[in-house]
Amino acid sequence: MDFIHSILIQPFLDMADAPDFLIQVLWEGIVSGVLYALIALGFVLIFKSSRIFNFAQGIMVVFAALTLVGLHQKGIPAWLALPMTLGVMLLLAIAIERVVLRPLVNQPDIILFMATIGITLFLIGLGETIFGGENKRMITQELGIPTDSYTFEPFGGLVMIEQRDITAVVGAVVLVVCLLLFLNKSKMGRAIRALGDDHQAALSVGISLSTIWVLVWFIAGMIALATGIVWGARAGVSFALEVIALKALPVLMLGGLESVSGAIIGGLMIGILEKLFEIYWGQPLLGGNTESWFAYMLALVVLLFRPQGLFGERIIERV
Amino acid sequence: MNPRPSPAQFAGADDGIAKGDVLLKVDNVSLSFGGVKAITDISFDIRKGEIRAIIGPNGAGKTSMLNVINGFYTPQVGTITFRGEERRAMKPHHAVRQGIARTFQNVALFQGMTTLENIMAGRSVLMKRNIFWQMLWHGPALKEEIEHREKVEEIIDFLEIEHIRRTPVGKLPYGLQKRVELGRALAMEPSLLLLDEPMAGMNLEEKEDMSRFIIDVNQQRGTTIALIEHDMGVVMDLSDRVVVLDYGKKIADGEPDVVKNDQAVIDAYLGVAH
Amino acid sequence: MLYRVAGQYKTSYKADYALFPVKQDAWLLGVILLFAFVILPLMANEFTFRALLIPVLIYSLAALGLNILTGYAGQLSLGTGAFMGVGAYACFKLATIFPELNIVIVLALSGFFSAAIGMAFGLPSLRIKGFYLAIATLAAQFFLVWLFQKWAWLYNYSASGAIQAPNIQMFGVTVAGARASAMTQYYFVLCVVAVVTFCAINITRGRIGRIWKSVRDMDIAAELVGINLMKAKLLAFFVSSYIVGIAGALFVFFWRGAAEAELFDIQLSFRVLFIAIIGGLGSILGNYLGAILIVALPVIIGAVPSALGLPISPSMVEHLNVMIIGLLIIGFLILEPHGLARLWAIIREKLIIWPFPH
Repeated sequence: MDFIHSILIQPFLDMADAPDFLIQVLWEGIVSGVLYALIALGFVLIFKSSRIFNFAQGIMVVFAALTLVGLHQKGIPAWLALPMTLGVMLLLAIAIERVVLRPLVNQPDIILFMATIGITLFLIGLGETIFGGENKRMITQELGIPTDSYTFEPFGGLVMIEQRDITAVVGAVVLVVCLLLFLNKSKMGRAIRALGDDHQAALSVGISLSTIWVLVWFIAGMIALATGIVWGARAGVSFALEVIALKALPVLMLGGLESVSGAIIGGLMIGILEKLFEIYWGQPLLGGNTESWFAYMLALVVLLFRPQGLFGERIIERV
Repeated sequence: MNPRPSPAQFAGADDGIAKGDVLLKVDNVSLSFGGVKAITDISFDIRKGEIRAIIGPNGAGKTSMLNVINGFYTPQVGTITFRGEERRAMKPHHAVRQGIARTFQNVALFQGMTTLENIMAGRSVLMKRNIFWQMLWHGPALKEEIEHREKVEEIIDFLEIEHIRRTPVGKLPYGLQKRVELGRALAMEPSLLLLDEPMAGMNLEEKEDMSRFIIDVNQQRGTTIALIEHDMGVVMDLSDRVVVLDYGKKIADGEPDVVKNDQAVIDAYLGVAH
Repeated sequence: MLYRVAGQYKTSYKADYALFPVKQDAWLLGVILLFAFVILPLMANEFTFRALLIPVLIYSLAALGLNILTGYAGQLSLGTGAFMGVGAYACFKLATIFPELNIVIVLALSGFFSAAIGMAFGLPSLRIKGFYLAIATLAAQFFLVWLFQKWAWLYNYSASGAIQAPNIQMFGVTVAGARASAMTQYYFVLCVVAVVTFCAINITRGRIGRIWKSVRDMDIAAELVGINLMKAKLLAFFVSSYIVGIAGALFVFFWRGAAEAELFDIQLSFRVLFIAIIGGLGSILGNYLGAILIVALPVIIGAVPSALGLPISPSMVEHLNVMIIGLLIIGFLILEPHGLARLWAIIREKLIIWPFPH
């Protein structure tokens, strides 16, 4: 009885007790949710256009952040380092397309997936070699991102919201809107979607596989950079980010591998729910640190009831 | 003496039905996917020992009908009665245990394995030895393996595919793959064999070979066969009775000569009477 | 000249099923076993045992377990590290609760724990496929490692949170714990790996192996051939996790001596996956070849520059190691997706017809 009370009742009482704290927790959840959604977006883009499950998306976030910070450390001013990093990500996209994707064009999905694991490893090793493995500080201020915080006092309590987080959320919204416009309204965008639907057909109407793939990986790289900047600003730049980036995977499971809106909603859901669970159930009842596994378990449970995810189409197998 | 699986558990020729009696009955079956009606209120039967052709234009619901018979799809309305037992839903592997085997329109062989392994895979439902004997290998597991290997080699001889025994099936030409698939279905010792366009994509010689095999299976082993086929010559020569589908509905049912001259069939499918 | 198959005909099905239809292969295996059981132990020193021989064997075993699940049955799993952990912690608890029980029995029992948990986390495979399943196994990976850290009973409430292999005796010889000699541990591990490999070879070449391969290649067709998908998949998870659990127990008791929860993290899962991929998915031999490569690689990377006179730091060795493994994976996937095992098969084919080109 006590036990049930502590699981089903107490946490909600705790939430009601300190509504200002609840708002703080929800906000934190939204911010991390937005970041997960961005990483998932990179996946979705690449999967939509090439059916490749790009495991390397996470390391691309880290690598982009490292490159930006590294260039700045060498003395290059922020306004120049940013486009230079974009240039590096473009080169990376071209290299990946030429060296890894092209030779593997007709292989089964699992092979391509494992190739992206190989890319991940390579970039981790390369990143550590070039930039060193110790934690770095993200050049938040140099990039013009405000670093103050706002304080509110709702319900007589205290809520503190970092301006850089607001920038992140706003920036993410802008990014997503641009992306959606691009995919739906532009010629390139349509080509990307066509490629995702049917490779052969797209090729036979003259869409160039190579160009599109480079473009797509580059856009994914841009998204990775944006994510890397924001996350690096919050948590410092290190390879630990890679593990956080893995959280994008349950987001994809919830949102489906092909849905942009699914990635966003899935990301927000996971971000908010994992924070709520950790604060109100994890820490009081389970000893804390549940954020390492909650997202995965949640996704697993959802998939058991809906194997196609929350937003995917029902898979009808035909023989 | 090779111990045969008991007929109660598995079919083959001893399925308790006399030749000529109804083996399978389809009663008022309707099947839809979302809003699409694939099959609308179809009824027909298949008699033991006959070759029954199912024909009709593309999209008429022929493959869906086979899928319903072997349990892969569950119809929203209607029942299937097989060997006296009536059911609507059935798991595919139960259908196999009851004695229904099939081949597929797009060859569904196990690409990572050889011809021999594929056909041996068809024996899976008949092989019993549990994991502890398998770990040991020598003894009962090996004995069972060799028993079934002998049966499979009979099928390989019958289908004249000895020379490609060890070839990975992915490397085989389409016609031979279809033959291997037939072999795998035969390995299950079915009492009802469902063939989905077994001659598709074959040249004249290959078609004649395949026809010969189908007739032999029917006459030597007594296997009842339901056959989807587009080649009218094959249908006329091989089948005992024909059922014609169009847009998910049955439009004719009877002996080939009768059906061939049926006006509805000519309008829907055949074009000019020949 | 080396491999001549002429004259080696099979006159019965039984002979056709022989493991080494070509006599030279049997000879080769004999030589390898001779090396493993006699020659290498005589030549090796403590370092060679602990840094090369024993880890190669243990990683091969773990990869063998994973290969059965992923290479034969086609179910991708990223949770190998955690399942190794289950085996290790089970072994620890059993050994400390029943210290009089023979270590071999303890080992065999620990496997059942990891098998049961592996099977439980394998249940989703009945509804979920492909990448989605891989991510579901990540749920197992992260949850179990968290459990290893939080559930103090598992590590007997020790302050450090680590488990330590106690000194365990068998027939008067100390086989585990701080007092065990490297050679003793090597022989123990070698015997365990040999027995498990023997069983694995037998299971995969018969009915069950075929069923798994059918499920891997086209599970719909497998079902339509009468295979019970649920039983087949759950059995694959069970057997695979059993083997992986044993590897985990060996990892702690016969190599590292002690372990913390973080040891069984996702890095370990990936390392075993790489061994299985580079060695060759769907082969038994590949696991050994892959393990040899992955274990030897850092040693080689460390040795080459110093041989050339260039200084190289240990962290640099590690970075280069990671990069090279990444490149190897990509390289293999492009050039020979079936891994080292297929390379060996190709070499063997060439040897059979050597010195003729074809």
